[in-house]
Amino acid sequence: MHTLDFDVAHVLAGALVLVSFLELYQDRLYSLLNVYAVHALVLAASVAWQAYIQDAPHLYVTAMIALVFKALIIPVVLHRMIVKLGIHREIEKVVGVGSAMLAGMGLVALSMVVMLRVTQQAGPLAQEDLAFALSVVLLGLLMMVTRRNAVSQVVGFMSLENGLVLAATGAKGMPLVVEISVAFSILIAFIVIGIFLFRIRERFDTVDMQVIDTFRGEHR
Amino acid sequence: MVLIRDLAVQGAQMLLVLLLAPLFTGLVRKAKARLLRRRGPPLIQVYRDLIRLTRKDVVLAESASWLFRVIPYLVFAATWVAASLVPTFRTGLLFSWSADLIAIIALLGSARFFLALAGLDVGTSFGGIGSSREVMIASLAEPAMIMIVFTLALVAGSTQLSTIAAFLSSSNVGLRASLGLALIALIMVAIAENGRIPIDNPATHLELTMVHEAMVLEYSGRHLALIELAASLKLILYVSLIACLFAPWGITSGDATPQALAVGIAAYVGKLAVGGFLLALFETSIAKMRVFRVPEFLGAALMLGLLATLLLFVSGSF
Repeated sequence: MHTLDFDVAHVLAGALVLVSFLELYQDRLYSLLNVYAVHALVLAASVAWQAYIQDAPHLYVTAMIALVFKALIIPVVLHRMIVKLGIHREIEKVVGVGSAMLAGMGLVALSMVVMLRVTQQAGPLAQEDLAFALSVVLLGLLMMVTRRNAVSQVVGFMSLENGLVLAATGAKGMPLVVEISVAFSILIAFIVIGIFLFRIRERFDTVDMQVIDTFRGEHR
Repeated sequence: MVLIRDLAVQGAQMLLVLLLAPLFTGLVRKAKARLLRRRGPPLIQVYRDLIRLTRKDVVLAESASWLFRVIPYLVFAATWVAASLVPTFRTGLLFSWSADLIAIIALLGSARFFLALAGLDVGTSFGGIGSSREVMIASLAEPAMIMIVFTLALVAGSTQLSTIAAFLSSSNVGLRASLGLALIALIMVAIAENGRIPIDNPATHLELTMVHEAMVLEYSGRHLALIELAASLKLILYVSLIACLFAPWGITSGDATPQALAVGIAAYVGKLAVGGFLLALFETSIAKMRVFRVPEFLGAALMLGLLATLLLFVSGSF
């Protein structure tokens, strides 16, 4: 009925959605970064499995990029950064974990309904992969919306990008050039955001976006 | 003849669970102690405690009503019946055709209801706090449990535990994301229901954070022994439930030979040992949660259960 290929791909993509939910649940920056590392690790496993079942060796490169950059370098750098900024013990006021997760569930349901309808010609493997990938993207967006701290917004952005990579590997025949350029643009965006974080911090003594909104005279 | 044999197997399973329950609690305590580099009490310490408690006199508060004296027996009976419904080493037990997963939840729910009443009965403030917290946790854990049952019932097409276990151990079902979500949600519910560490600390007394111990503070003697035994039974019930649903390997079914039954029992004991060690590992690696964080924890379990059900509804192949 179901082959092992399909099952493992399905479970890895499902695990990515689950880890996205775990990111929504965390309210400490340190554990959030750890969960993000797990997110990237699951992504690397998922991409490597896709490379194996699609017989596409270039996807192994993508998996290695995910493993080295996203699961190792970026979390380590972010860990150092929050220690340097002195916010590593900060507890974030989220928009209520319960309501954020409820919204996340709605988004997952939405992406399932939309993607499974839209991509009916594609095989079941690509179909479910795309549905899960859209959920990961939407959950990353939700993360960026519900967080106030700039660092966790960055984490939301990075996990959004993980969803994009998942979608790209699920679809057959994505050229390697595109993937590498996506990966490097993300890396550059990461560096720029990192520099910005320190600039914001120098200027306002905080990375709390709410403070910056009030500073600009925007009242909520 | 078949009926007699079935009855014998059912009776053996009930006795096995009852006898193993204190040992399992002892195993978890021992593993926790070893992980903290203490020597820990011997494995049979829980049995000794129970025997000691049954020998002691019962001290009753002046304000205790008849309900207070009856409740330990009610709680123990309901928990034992619930535990005997979970297939441990053999599916298709005689009792399991008369009650399904929802009945197990209902039995545990009524046991908890009576225990909460007992906490309120004497009128001490500790009992009241314990009961109110227990009911708060239960009101969040039960919906999550029901969602998990829905997920499993949708996958297997039945709420009978024997049928679900047989279906999940067959090759009809592969790895499924919704089953994984249900497993994590079930583990979270089991931790909350048994008052294990992030929710409640089973090893504390006279502290403001405790839940279960606060409710049973007024009990002594044989009443306390029964309640402690019921708590052990509940713990082993949840571990057996997780083992029979998500790791149904080695469970015998149909006409089983004595060798197959022996293999089943050995596999069950092995699963319990692994489960107990994992529980101890989890408990030593995590700090206790504030009471106000508990709704978030259980809310997450509820949402995972809901998500698992949702995935099944949206697409048949999940």
